[in-house]
Amino acid sequence: MSASRRLVAALRDPDRAGEGDWNGLIAAARAEQLIGSFAFRFEGRPVPAKVESILEAARRDAAQARIQALWEAEMTRRALAPLGVPMILLKGNAFHAAGLDAAIGRSVGDLDILVPKTSLEAVETALLGAGWERLKEAGGYDDDYYRRWMHELPPLIHRTRDRMIDVHHTILPETARPRPDAAALIADSIALDNGLRILSPADMIVHAAAHLFADGDLAGGLRNLWDVDRLLRQFAACPGPRSGADEAFWPRLAERARRHQLTRPVALALRLSARLYGTPVDRALAGRDRLSDRLFAARLLARNGWGQPVRPALRLAFYVRSHWLRMPPLMLARHLWVKARS
Amino acid sequence: MKHQLSLQIGPVAFRIGSAWRAPIDALARLYAGYPEPERVCDFTVRLEPEQPWRRWIRPSVAIQGDYILPDAAPMSLAHGLLAAEMGMNLQMALGQKTHLLLHAASVEKDGRALILTGESGAGKSTLAALLGERGWRLMGDEFALLGLQDGRLRAFPRAVSLKNGAIAVMENEVAPERFGPRLDGTPKGAIRHMRPNRLALEAMADPARPVLILFPRFGEAAAARAVGQAEVFMRLTQASTNYVSLGAAGFDALTGLVGGCPAAAIDYPDTTSAIDMVEELWAQAA
Amino acid sequence: MTGARYAADPEECVRSVALDGLWLLFHKPSGMTHIVAPPAPQILEALRLGPADAGEILARMRAWYDLEGDDAADAVEARLEELEAAGLVRRS
Repeated sequence: MSASRRLVAALRDPDRAGEGDWNGLIAAARAEQLIGSFAFRFEGRPVPAKVESILEAARRDAAQARIQALWEAEMTRRALAPLGVPMILLKGNAFHAAGLDAAIGRSVGDLDILVPKTSLEAVETALLGAGWERLKEAGGYDDDYYRRWMHELPPLIHRTRDRMIDVHHTILPETARPRPDAAALIADSIALDNGLRILSPADMIVHAAAHLFADGDLAGGLRNLWDVDRLLRQFAACPGPRSGADEAFWPRLAERARRHQLTRPVALALRLSARLYGTPVDRALAGRDRLSDRLFAARLLARNGWGQPVRPALRLAFYVRSHWLRMPPLMLARHLWVKARS
Repeated sequence: MKHQLSLQIGPVAFRIGSAWRAPIDALARLYAGYPEPERVCDFTVRLEPEQPWRRWIRPSVAIQGDYILPDAAPMSLAHGLLAAEMGMNLQMALGQKTHLLLHAASVEKDGRALILTGESGAGKSTLAALLGERGWRLMGDEFALLGLQDGRLRAFPRAVSLKNGAIAVMENEVAPERFGPRLDGTPKGAIRHMRPNRLALEAMADPARPVLILFPRFGEAAAARAVGQAEVFMRLTQASTNYVSLGAAGFDALTGLVGGCPAAAIDYPDTTSAIDMVEELWAQAA
Repeated sequence: MTGARYAADPEECVRSVALDGLWLLFHKPSGMTHIVAPPAPQILEALRLGPADAGEILARMRAWYDLEGDDAADAVEARLEELEAAGLVRRS
């Protein structure tokens, strides 16, 4: 079995990991940004002493990264509070803020937030006034491109904390074909006790699926799919104040996927999560297995025990696909041409 | 990966893979006599061609591994050994989380440790290497590892990276078989690696209690001044790549170190006066 | 007239070590370390009694310390802004 297959199997069922190539597992986990989640899956399980010290360090590191992520969200909340606009956390930061299972060991990159499109300028002004700075020179092609076509402001970085923030007004580029309903995402968002907001559970899954398939070349996909697995298991499992009754979850997910024109990516996310991580999914919503599912799975698993990406032709195919999905062909040509000239 | 080698250096085990044989052979010769590494390694380093054809055509070595610098320039195959060393440095700088990592040299005597820290090029590596041949045990020339629980320093005796003028200084002191090849034309000038002596290797697993911190600066008239604790703390956080990620444990370890260790800045015009000042300050501190 | 009111985190959120005249503060909620000089640590101490504006903070400090200089109020305002940017205090 390849290293990434063993990684997936170990995450899915740590009790069956057994002896074997720990070097390969650890290298693959690190390369896939899954070392934290992996380390927590093995917490308390018998592993060789050296492995335990490596995983223990990874768990402590993940705990510290969590503190920093929550703090970054809090400082952003403080900066934007006077505006009174809804500020919705996305992806890893949202998982941590809400204490979801998906947050366990989850590494966090930039802070991603969703705000109403009309408030973008005010939000940027408030952030710039509170210590954030623009990364590139304002103006110029990339900046224009960002503002006109992407779904976010150009990234800002905080002057002293050195952390980046991406402010989104919707979850997919405006040039992409599915047009999610940003207003509905915001309207259905949930307020947490700490004053932060997150997407509703169904919307969170839709976003994860969109992020995975409609906006990326699947690099880092194993981690994003693990998010989907953890979220689905938690939301579909049992009734609770945040997830609603379990029977209601799947129809709700179907309805939101339709609303955001993301039914196929959501179905694909469900099928792949079931295939790789054994996630219990609603088969009607997931649909029948396709031949292309195999290609997606292969792309996700294209990593060896030295942490190297493998299957270059397959990766290239997905890379081109991701750009094609983001932009209509004419725009893509222009974008690549201008980039090549600079 | 086609060629590979594992190395045990202090508490850290590295797995180094390479598309070319030469760097692995050079590493094996340089690290002869090091203990047998554990099976499970802390870090993976890879030496790879940037594009597949660069394996044979104007071979170009990109440093890859668990932790990388995204835009790092590749190196020539002639500098493959240096690439491997830099790869290991990167893993430590970006990935070491079990100890507080200080960019510092350290030497030990009677179970007590001296930490030499400061800007790159200030001569601390050379000073530590020399002390290592004058009755001290070299614990490391690049990184000092401070235990988070016990405040003890752990040895990390990598091959010493000697630059330019320092090469001749050590060639005078040390037997030729302890040296790697001389590498000219690197971004930092000429580099030659030197294996620590038998004492350093044999005592690799022995920790030491830090009792003195020095900030050496080469090229000035001999002088020494005490450094205030707050300044020491600040300079050490700047010298640590993992302080922030260690949270409260890092704060406790570093304040413990600073609170318990006198510190001095020393200026020295030549190595003899440096060693004299070190011995004198050490006698005062002990 | 009252100015902006500030609040600080409870004492257990901050680990503090004094080293030759300066204070090292480890702020647990942020994981950040700050090196501060007087009157910043005293301002934080004053805020432990509860949220306050600059005037009240100054009054609390005067009860414990001798404060020199006519511009004590300005100094407190300036330090409060810095502490707010650092995340050690927030508007309440």
